[in-house]
Amino acid sequence: MITLIKRILKSGWKNFSREKSLIVANIFILVLAISTLTSLYILKDASQFLISSIEEKVDISVYFKLEAPEEEILKVKDDVAKIPEVKEVKYISQEEALTSFINKHKDDVVLMQSLDEVGANPFSASLNIRAFEASQYQAIADFFSNSNVTDLVEKVDYYKRKPVIEKIFTFVSSMNILGISFSLLLIIIAVAIAFNTIRLAIYSSREEIKIQRLVGASNWFIRGPFLVQGAICGFFAFLISLAIFSLLSWGFGPKTEFLFPGFNLSTFFFTNFWTIAFLQLASGVGLGIISSLFAVRKHLKI
Amino acid sequence: MIKFQNVSKIYSQKTAALDNVSFEVAEKEFVSIVGKSGSGKTTLFKLILAEEKPSNGRIFFDSQEIQKIKSKELPFLRRKIGTVFQDYKLIHSKTAYENIAYAMEVIGASDKEVKKDVAEVLEIVGLTSKANNFPVELSGGEKQRVAIARALIHRPEVILADEPTGNLDPYNTLEIIRLLLKINKFGTTVFLATHNKTVINSLDKRVITLQDGKIVRDEENGRFIL
Repeated sequence: MITLIKRILKSGWKNFSREKSLIVANIFILVLAISTLTSLYILKDASQFLISSIEEKVDISVYFKLEAPEEEILKVKDDVAKIPEVKEVKYISQEEALTSFINKHKDDVVLMQSLDEVGANPFSASLNIRAFEASQYQAIADFFSNSNVTDLVEKVDYYKRKPVIEKIFTFVSSMNILGISFSLLLIIIAVAIAFNTIRLAIYSSREEIKIQRLVGASNWFIRGPFLVQGAICGFFAFLISLAIFSLLSWGFGPKTEFLFPGFNLSTFFFTNFWTIAFLQLASGVGLGIISSLFAVRKHLKI
Repeated sequence: MIKFQNVSKIYSQKTAALDNVSFEVAEKEFVSIVGKSGSGKTTLFKLILAEEKPSNGRIFFDSQEIQKIKSKELPFLRRKIGTVFQDYKLIHSKTAYENIAYAMEVIGASDKEVKKDVAEVLEIVGLTSKANNFPVELSGGEKQRVAIARALIHRPEVILADEPTGNLDPYNTLEIIRLLLKINKFGTTVFLATHNKTVINSLDKRVITLQDGKIVRDEENGRFIL
């Protein structure tokens, strides 16, 4: 058995080193397939990051009546925090709202004068609420319309923002569906191209496979070297792909922040280096072996 | 050892490569099969190797019916047979040495045995100096000798030789025939298909004559008569 394995490995390596032009073509195609998969993996995270940052910007504010006591509002805040859909609740007191307004408009003389004329603090205390997902804001808005806190609430600005939130929600869902479909399509194309290139390479060896069968070689003795060859091609394709992506991430990492604010390709790549390396190795070697397995099978029927 | 029972091989309605052929080859026998091109000699060998299936009839090898052997068990039958193909059937990506060694490797011979036996066989067929050449770098005669070396190296029970001297000069032809006789003397059954009248007449062994897929003559100590 050991002799058999040794011979299969040796033969696979010899085939690999002798059939240079076919091997180069196989490796090139596998590099393309691995690069497609890696790009999709990175883009998935980048788009997730983009979607999250858009979602982060969405919130709803609940404004309380001026006479609503602070301790009642804080009680409501605690109740809201218990709603499973709620990610974060922030209380903004009347004073904080005033300070924030002044800081924002201190250079606007007319506004400042108007504020002076009003005399008292005209701003309501409010709760800024953020949900985990855009689709969950309706549930939070419902809490305020259905519970006994309605008397304290001046207005919930969800209904005003509803169309925008819904648009974001639709956009996020479409992006996810589109992304998954496009990724699947690209994966299918990449795998099909790699599979067909290897199949063609093995097709050129069909006469040799036939001879090997006639000389008395078992199917595994014939198939083995092709699988080894496929695995070696996959391994080299993995090394090349890893080198390409490392260089690109290192060189263009900071520039990706222009495209996806807050997302740095370099940081992402090197943080997830081992996951990406594993993905590339598994896809390269896996594709090489599986394609060879299917391609050889057809010619073993004699 | 090899038994054909009313075997026919029909490729199309009008062409019968073999037509109701029956014969038996005993162990250690040396049998020549003669016939014009297209008379069915190669088909006969293909059927023994289970490369093709008969349209009718049964073929036995060591009392085992060949058509009933499962695909994954075919290698075990083929390892008992050494074949010299008319078109050599050498593996182009392997050197002469590796082509010959391959027949031993498939039966699981040790590296030491492979090294020793391949060197010996290369010496016998006079190709020691061409051991590392690829088939494309060999002449027709040299390829034929590699094919012969591959066929006999694993000491098969039977050697099927389809025109083994077709590309050889008279001197090499004689050498190859001597080699086949020697192998036969040591107990290997030899089944030789050839056009070479001189070879057949000098052998003084059993001759089966095929014509249009039928056996027209089967004689002990036969002659080349067409």
